[in-house]
Amino acid sequence: MAGGHGLALKRPSAIPGFGLALGFTLTYLSLIVLIPLAALMFKTASLGFSGFWEIVTAPRTLAALRVSFVISFIAASINVVFGVIVAWVLIRYRFPGRRLLDAFVDLPFALPTAVAGIALTAIYARNGWLGALLDPFGIKIAYTPWGIGVALVFIGLPFVVRTVQPVLEDFEREIEEAAASLGASRRQTVFRVMLPALMPAILTGFALAFARAVGEYGSVIFIAGNIPFVSEIAPLLIVIRLEEFNYAQATAIAAAMLMIAFTVIFLINLIQAWQRRRFAP
Amino acid sequence: MTRFRSTLAAGAALALTAFAASVALADTTLLNVSYDPTRELYRAVNEAFIKDWKSKTGESVVIEQSHGGSGKQARAVVDGLQADVVTLALQGDIDQISKAGLIGADWQKRLGNNAAPYTSTIVFLVRKGNPKGIKDWDDLIKEGVEVITPNPKTSGGARWNYLAAWAFADGKFDHDEANTKNFIQKLFANVPVLDTGARGATTTFAQRGIGDVLLAWENEAFLALDELGADKFEIVVPSLSIKAEPPVAVVDKVVDAKGTRKAAEAYVNFLYTPEAQKLIAHHYYRPSDPKSADPKDLARFVDVKLVTIDDPLFGGWAAAQAKHFAEGGVFDQLYKPKTN
Repeated sequence: MAGGHGLALKRPSAIPGFGLALGFTLTYLSLIVLIPLAALMFKTASLGFSGFWEIVTAPRTLAALRVSFVISFIAASINVVFGVIVAWVLIRYRFPGRRLLDAFVDLPFALPTAVAGIALTAIYARNGWLGALLDPFGIKIAYTPWGIGVALVFIGLPFVVRTVQPVLEDFEREIEEAAASLGASRRQTVFRVMLPALMPAILTGFALAFARAVGEYGSVIFIAGNIPFVSEIAPLLIVIRLEEFNYAQATAIAAAMLMIAFTVIFLINLIQAWQRRRFAP
Repeated sequence: MTRFRSTLAAGAALALTAFAASVALADTTLLNVSYDPTRELYRAVNEAFIKDWKSKTGESVVIEQSHGGSGKQARAVVDGLQADVVTLALQGDIDQISKAGLIGADWQKRLGNNAAPYTSTIVFLVRKGNPKGIKDWDDLIKEGVEVITPNPKTSGGARWNYLAAWAFADGKFDHDEANTKNFIQKLFANVPVLDTGARGATTTFAQRGIGDVLLAWENEAFLALDELGADKFEIVVPSLSIKAEPPVAVVDKVVDAKGTRKAAEAYVNFLYTPEAQKLIAHHYYRPSDPKSADPKDLARFVDVKLVTIDDPLFGGWAAAQAKHFAEGGVFDQLYKPKTN
């Protein structure tokens, strides 16, 4: 019986090297992700819970967190709608210049964020190409919270397109044809057959774009007005605290951002799991 | 085989030369960590110092420059950037490095003029023809005037802007602090954008066409005229401004570890020589020894009443920093959550 138990622990696997691979993965993740995060938490812990709570619930911090998370959420939502359309066009249609257009999608990945921020500001400022067109209508983009939204949509787009694209590519046309032959309308095919299947990829794209937007600093500070309580993002507040040589406060705000972001991403994962169960074949 | 061997030998020789070169460089390379608008000045000063050092000692020295926001640069040095010399915008920033144990506490007494080989002040840059008729600090709080300044929290220069305005208001309201605060609050209510650094603010004002007046370092304002055209902007000097003393120091811990103390000290002392003072005036900084400067360069500086940071009004950097710019200080109190 004892022997049987030992055997059960060491179940033979078709792929060897589990111990080595897991050891490597854990070490690597620790070095790259966990240890820096632990240092952050450790520094924050030096404040004690009441100190932490006081900093995080200060009106200025709350305002900055609200600006960062609300605008990131809106920007990621916009990217979901238009990112899926872009992915759809790039996969389903053949037209001249398609590959070039496809390559353009990655530009926000590659461009240094400061360059993106300066370029967007130059265009949307009231003497810029687009800013000058909007100014007569009293619409101001640069140096307002709208500017933050524009920058975050820009940097988040590739995340949605690049996660949805491969899934859409693998999506078999036969399924659409089957839906049609079973009497589904075009609208029903899109909303009842295709979107549920694309949903996990769309949610992943949303989570990535959202997470990226929340942490974005470089491009936003150029186009936002950076006015406290109006257009001051949480990462800027962290930099301001660092300038005051106030490391504990800076890490406290960072830790709060991390927790909120983690919660949002965790919720998205839950929705995905629920989706998978519901629409599992 | 012989080919392999010769490749190996060549490789070894190359590695050895690279090693030798790095050793040769290591004992004569100085890193000057400075703030944002001094790029052009130190490029000129370094060139002159390298020549001077060579003629005096026969050694060649390489000087590397690093520029950025003054506070950020100070933090980098505290966190381990191997700076031999720091030339920053604020005394408080060098104090932070000193507090970290890298510079002796008496650093400001080691060199002349509070360790500031040059000073500067804050002036206004307005659009050509001065359409809003801006002449003094009073005009900045008028309705409809847009003022551009970087964020005093992230920019050293902006702290001088703020303190200069404070000094003016203090005089105007006869030391009444409530009225002075009110004046500053009105001024910052006219600021539509708070850039994080001095160069960013200049770009916002000059390239994006935002604002009627830019509060700027005097040297930055002159540079803007040079680079962006004297036909687009003009400088307005207010009735009163502040004497900004950007200090310099040798980073003791680093030079002793690297063995570069002699060259580093010669470098900061060189800043006080007539040759360097002349360059300083030429690059729009006010020299600590005006006698050595070209009178033509000096003529560009308008005489203006200057308040210093050691004035009882401020009581030195440490006090001013704690009162105005610390978290929850006067500057933070200017901004209130929107009640809607």
